[in-house]
Parts: sequence; C-alpha cells; structure tokens
Amino acid sequence: MGPVSRQEQMAYQRKARRYIPNRPIAKNTVRAFLVGGGICVLGQAIQHAFVRFAHFTVKDAANPTVAVLILLSVIFTALGVYDKFAQWAGGGSAVPVTGFANTMASAAMEYRSEGWVNGVGGSMFKLAGAVIVFGVVSAFFVALVRYIIGHLAG
Amino acid sequence: MPKSGRQTWVFASAPRVISRATVAGKNESQGPLGTCFDIRHHDDRMGEDTWEHAERALADEAFALALAKANLKPEDIDLVVGADLNAQLISYFFSLRHYAVPAMGMYAACASICQSLAVGALAIDSGMAERVLVGTSSHFSTAERQFRFPTEYGAQKPPSAQRTVTGSGAAVLARTGSPIAITMATVGQVLDYGLESPWEMNAAMAPAAAATIAAHLADTGRTLADYDCVATGDLGFVGHEILCDLLKERGIAVPDNVTDCGMLIFDRNQPEVYSGGSGCACCTMVTFGYLLRKLEEGEWRRILVAATGALLSMVSVQQQDTIPCISHAVVFERKEDGS
Repeated sequence: MGPVSRQEQMAYQRKARRYIPNRPIAKNTVRAFLVGGGICVLGQAIQHAFVRFAHFTVKDAANPTVAVLILLSVIFTALGVYDKFAQWAGGGSAVPVTGFANTMASAAMEYRSEGWVNGVGGSMFKLAGAVIVFGVVSAFFVALVRYIIGHLAG
Repeated sequence: MPKSGRQTWVFASAPRVISRATVAGKNESQGPLGTCFDIRHHDDRMGEDTWEHAERALADEAFALALAKANLKPEDIDLVVGADLNAQLISYFFSLRHYAVPAMGMYAACASICQSLAVGALAIDSGMAERVLVGTSSHFSTAERQFRFPTEYGAQKPPSAQRTVTGSGAAVLARTGSPIAITMATVGQVLDYGLESPWEMNAAMAPAAAATIAAHLADTGRTLADYDCVATGDLGFVGHEILCDLLKERGIAVPDNVTDCGMLIFDRNQPEVYSGGSGCACCTMVTFGYLLRKLEEGEWRRILVAATGALLSMVSVQQQDTIPCISHAVVFERKEDGS
C-alpha cells in the first residue's frame, strides 16, 4: 500500500463526517443567549446598585461594575468552577467580560509553575493577547477613519 | 520464522509478561475498570507542586511496583523502553533518573505502549536482553496544557473530544515465568487522511488502526474470530464505529469481540468523558490491568491489542497541518506450559 492519495483522503473525510457528532448548534445558541444575557442582566443590577446605594453617576458606575464581574469570574476560575460552567454555557460565558477575565486567570494559574516572571508574567496574556492586539489595532484604524472623515467634513 | 509478511514480527521464543502494574487517577479509579488497577489515586495532583511532577510520580509508582511484583531490583533489568506524551518524554526519562539501567525512549504518541512492547519482546527474543521493563504514563492536565488550553480555561469542547487518561502502567518482560506470552507484533505505517482538528483525533486515527489490523490479518492468514478480544488503543466511541466501518469496507468480518480501551476505561456518563478516554496510559492501563488479567485467569486464550497514536504537536496544530497517525499491534497469548 502506497501513501494515502488525495482522493482517498477526500473519500475518507466524507465517510468520517457521518460518524463525528456535530456540535448541538441550536442548544448551544439558546444556552449562550440565556447565559450571556443573564450575565449582562447581572451587570446591569450591579450598576444599579452602585448608582442607588453608592451614589455613583450611571457613567461612573460602569468601571466598578466591570471590576465586580471580573472579580467574580476570577474567583470562580480559581475555584475550578468556571470551566465547567463554560462547557455548559459555551459562547454565553466566553463573550462577556467574564470570559476575558477567565482567559487571563486560567493562564496565570496554569503557568504559575514556571515562576512569577516567565510563567505568570510571560504567559498570562497567552490566550488574551490576541484580543488585546486586535482590539488596539482595530481601535487605531477606527479612530483614524473617524479623524479623517471629521476633518474632511469640518 | 522471524518475520511474517511485510509488517509482522513473530517471536519464536514467546517472551513472557512476568509482572504488571497499573496506577490510576481519580476518574479512572471511579470508572468501570477502577477495581482492576493496582494503585488508585483520589487526587490527580497527588500532593505535587506541578502537574508534570504528578505525572512523573505516576510513572515512578508503576515502574517501582512492576519491579516489586516481579521481585526484581533495577540492576536485574537489561533494558527499559517506554514513553509519555510530554515533549522530549520528560515523565519517562526523568522517572528513570532513579535507575542506572540501559534505556530507550519510544515516542509514538498513544501508540507508544505497543511500540515499546514490540521492541522489548524483540530484545528478549533476539537474546539482547533477559528482562525488559516497559511502561508509559499520561496525565489529563499535562496533556491539556501541552496540546490544548490551560485546565481552568472555559472553552466548550465538542462531543467528539476525548479525555486524556491520568495514570500509568508498567510491565516486566522476561524469557520465562508467566503463562502470558507476546507472540507477534505488527509494526504500523504513518498514515495521513487529511484531518486537521485536534478534537477529531479519533477519526484521524481510525484508518491507521484499520490498516494495521488488516496488515496483521494478511501477514498471518488469521481472521478477527481467531482472537478472543481485539482492542484498539484510544479510538473512543466515535473512532470505534469508524474502525468497524473501515474493516467491513476492506471485506474483514467484524465480530463483537472488537472493542477499544478508550471505551472501556470510562463510563460515558462520567464528567468530561465525551467520546471516551485517550492518552499514552489509556491502552497501557486497560491492557495490563484488564485484558491481560482475562488471559491470566484463562478466560481468554489469545488477544490482539492495536494501540493508536496521533502524531501531532502543538506547533503542527497551530500551523494547521493535518494529523498523521500510526497504530502498532501486539498479540498476547496464554501458554499452558506456564513457564
């Protein structure tokens, strides 16, 4: 038998697809909607609490609200609960700020064994780094476009 | 006749498996085969400071217990062969720091155990060794870190994913001293059917297992019915179905004695099992702890174990390379002379 030909590869992949279970997209979507929405409702409640009880303005309450959500996410990551919750919730737990906090906290915990500098310091952004890089780069271009349009119009 | 056909080695002296040791992690201990394992842990960290040290501790325990059961000291061993899934085989090689014995690393991903058994049996059959120590280990958390994500990262795994087995197994091979003999080994070929997803290693590995089993049957003139059990290494529930389909496609009758170590080691309802077990220790623990016990008790007389390995690395995955796979098979037989 010689090496596997391209045709054999294609034929096999068609066969294998019949056996590989698909991700349950409908179920995952409903769960992501409920959990993602739920996290946002929780955030809204926290923001209301800051406005009502701590007398923040709505705008000023945004930062401490995000901080509380991040803290909760990091605590549940450290307790080993967040990843199990995420397996159930899927995109619902990944998209909000709690998901971002989880990427950093889980990487920091994982690489703690390589020390504070090379491990925690060097690898904490291993998963989150891409979000930051593309976030900053896209923000730069959006700002650039806005500046140019603003000057042309002005 | 030392070689049969193109890929099968026949060991005329039928080297024996004189002792076997298995060490299981928490989920494996709680699984359907839990009581088959010698040492059962209830904490996968095992009091160690890193996951890598925990895996090394598993390997240490299996090697020490296999020697103790055979009543041997390290200096009685002529050769050690084995592997693990960590880059540069750090669990295997570092656990051998305690032993001043000739050693070789045998990386073939999760097919390592059959490669090691084949080379170990070859060394005894050819007279290069009197006693060979064989063993492999794997750990869920070291594999997650190396091949996937940090353990606490909340990524949703698809239903085709498999759980890396935490544990280790070791055995001592010798010329005489047990009814369990290694009589043949079929050396597999590297096959790449173009699958890319590390979540679908079961589908990537199934054709390699089918090819090795088909080659074994062609080389020996046997059928699957000549075996009391035919077990693949870690195809899991998904890969096993594909394998049966592929064998039938080749015109090979598939009796219901064909199974998979990744399906046996976990119950599908255990947490985070998905499509079954995988990993370097999966085939080792099930073979040494369960399959060979059936031979020892005389319930079975002859079995074929075909360990399966996906030869990917983190770099190859990130560069979106396809996943080449390999499967090596070993035949175990019960010899009534008992020597």
